[in-house]
Amino acid sequence: MQKKLYGLMAEFDSATDLVDAANRVREAGYTKTDAFSPFPLHEIDEALGIKRSILPVLVFFGGLTGLCLGIGLQVFVHYIDYPLNVGGRPFLSWPAFVPPSYELTILLAGFTAVFGMLFLNGLPRPYHPVFNVPRFALASREKFFLLVEAADPKYDYDETKAFLGELKPQEVFDVEE
Amino acid sequence: MVEGDHSFGTVSDKIGDLALKKRTPFHWYIGFAISFIVAQLLLFSVVVLLARGIGIWGNNQPVGWAFDIINFVWWIGIGHAGTLISAILLLLNQKWRTSINRFAEAMTLFAVACAAMFPLLHTGRPWLAAYWLFPYPNTMGIWPQFRSPLIWDVFAVSTYATISLLFWYVGLIPDFATLRDRAKNKFFKAVYGLLSWGWRGSARHWHRYEIAYLLLAGLSTPLVLSVHSIVSFDFAVSQLPGWHATIFPPYFVAGAIFAGFAMVLILCIPLRILYNMKDFITDTHLVYMGKVMLATGLIVVYGYAMEGFFAWYSAAEYEWFMMKNRIWEGPYWWSYWLLIICNGLSIQLLWFKKFRESAFWLFMISLVVSVGMWLERFVIIVTSLNRDFLPSSWAMYTPTMFDWSMFIGTIGFFFTLLYLFIRFVPIISIFEVRTLLPAANVHGHHQDFEENVVVVEETYDRTDPPNSDGGK
Repeated sequence: MQKKLYGLMAEFDSATDLVDAANRVREAGYTKTDAFSPFPLHEIDEALGIKRSILPVLVFFGGLTGLCLGIGLQVFVHYIDYPLNVGGRPFLSWPAFVPPSYELTILLAGFTAVFGMLFLNGLPRPYHPVFNVPRFALASREKFFLLVEAADPKYDYDETKAFLGELKPQEVFDVEE
Repeated sequence: MVEGDHSFGTVSDKIGDLALKKRTPFHWYIGFAISFIVAQLLLFSVVVLLARGIGIWGNNQPVGWAFDIINFVWWIGIGHAGTLISAILLLLNQKWRTSINRFAEAMTLFAVACAAMFPLLHTGRPWLAAYWLFPYPNTMGIWPQFRSPLIWDVFAVSTYATISLLFWYVGLIPDFATLRDRAKNKFFKAVYGLLSWGWRGSARHWHRYEIAYLLLAGLSTPLVLSVHSIVSFDFAVSQLPGWHATIFPPYFVAGAIFAGFAMVLILCIPLRILYNMKDFITDTHLVYMGKVMLATGLIVVYGYAMEGFFAWYSAAEYEWFMMKNRIWEGPYWWSYWLLIICNGLSIQLLWFKKFRESAFWLFMISLVVSVGMWLERFVIIVTSLNRDFLPSSWAMYTPTMFDWSMFIGTIGFFFTLLYLFIRFVPIISIFEVRTLLPAANVHGHHQDFEENVVVVEETYDRTDPPNSDGGK
């Protein structure tokens, strides 16, 4: 019995071919698609209809959390918990609180950027069905791949396979679940 | 910026195989062995230090800050070029950064690791330093003093180390995936697979990846400027003549970048020869780095001039005495003039094409500059402290054997880490070099970190558009 398929994958030789094919796949009405390339391609975002990520918003709030944490910590320490009179200087000496607050802002924003990116990407995920295609190892080297998932509403094994074949790929693979 | 006939595949192989397939070259063993032996000096010095206390150093009153802070500032300054290359040049869309950013970032991490050791060990009891330095609720109910620049330093340096590590690691994720897919050895395949977090190069992932990378660059840029500014506050916020100067933050930042580029040149000139990386680290890269060194070096020289000018212009007796003591009348006058020769005069050679375009001369000048930048911190710290306000408290400072052994030990430690990095991690960012190749351009568009790519009409390439008047 044939194994359940995750989707169909087409291999391309160049970035231009991949982007052209992705455009045609989108125009044909497929939505659950993905492309794989050895380096970032900007044109593919538009070709696959990828929406701009929410990541920058998260990073902004990450930074804001860091800022509040920094100010809150220092005000708590020097004004509420342990006010210390040093030469009659004010307890709420905010200019001195700027550097640590600033560093904490950057620290938390940076954490949000990296871990937010990994979280939204669903990583770490050492196993994924696409790795079942032996030639997919070249996706991190020099080849370009276009995937149509079986979960796509328009997906039909024979029809989709024929359609991908029209896009002049090197080869079309079945991606096993 | 890539020379030679390369495709995506050959780029991946040439860089990736250094870590994966090629036999470890003999010079690697020699270099690693020497570095590792020298690093044992650090271990030895730290053990003696912890057993006997910081009395084994030459620090005294009034020179309470001596080699520790000199070496701390020197190392942390060297680190700055890494972040400058990876973050600021990325934002400025300087594509030549791509082939040097990976090991410049590694250099940053290792330099910061060396730097952080000094203030920590300077406390004498680093196991107690946790509650001196970090605000955590402890049973004694006490907190660090946040109004002190030394605590600002703790926050700045630890944030800097963390963000640099993240930046470096994020850049490595796609390259680890390349190594994972290419490794034949099961063990390395598993290790690189774990390190790559299962990266598969999906378009959606790349989309978020680039946003995260750009944001990190945007965050690192003010961070790197703030770190050395805060390091300079350690001095500038005090009231000691010679330290209490408003020029310190920009002058320190320029000095850091200056020293850092010198170190990048010292590392990459032998590296590109030994590992045959001249296709990626081209002569143009060296020339650019030489120019950056000249520019930042001149800012540093301006800083020296302003220090002298303000000592005179302030009409403050103690300031002027400090400056005379530093330059001419004091016992350490020679260190000042050595500094001027190393940092001020040597870089003037870089005005000339002949020196700028010669790898040998760039290497020599970089060595001299590294010594010069160390001397700069020596001059600032020792000549300001050794003759303070009261002549009765004046004293000379002489480093002891342990001062030297710990400093030299950190150099060994730095190179040990660097050798391990060269052996196990791709030393050049593979995926970013791929974007430099002409084949990476979709319909002739450049792949870069800019969102808006200029639309080129491919049809009219190399021919005059029909409606133009012959290219006028």
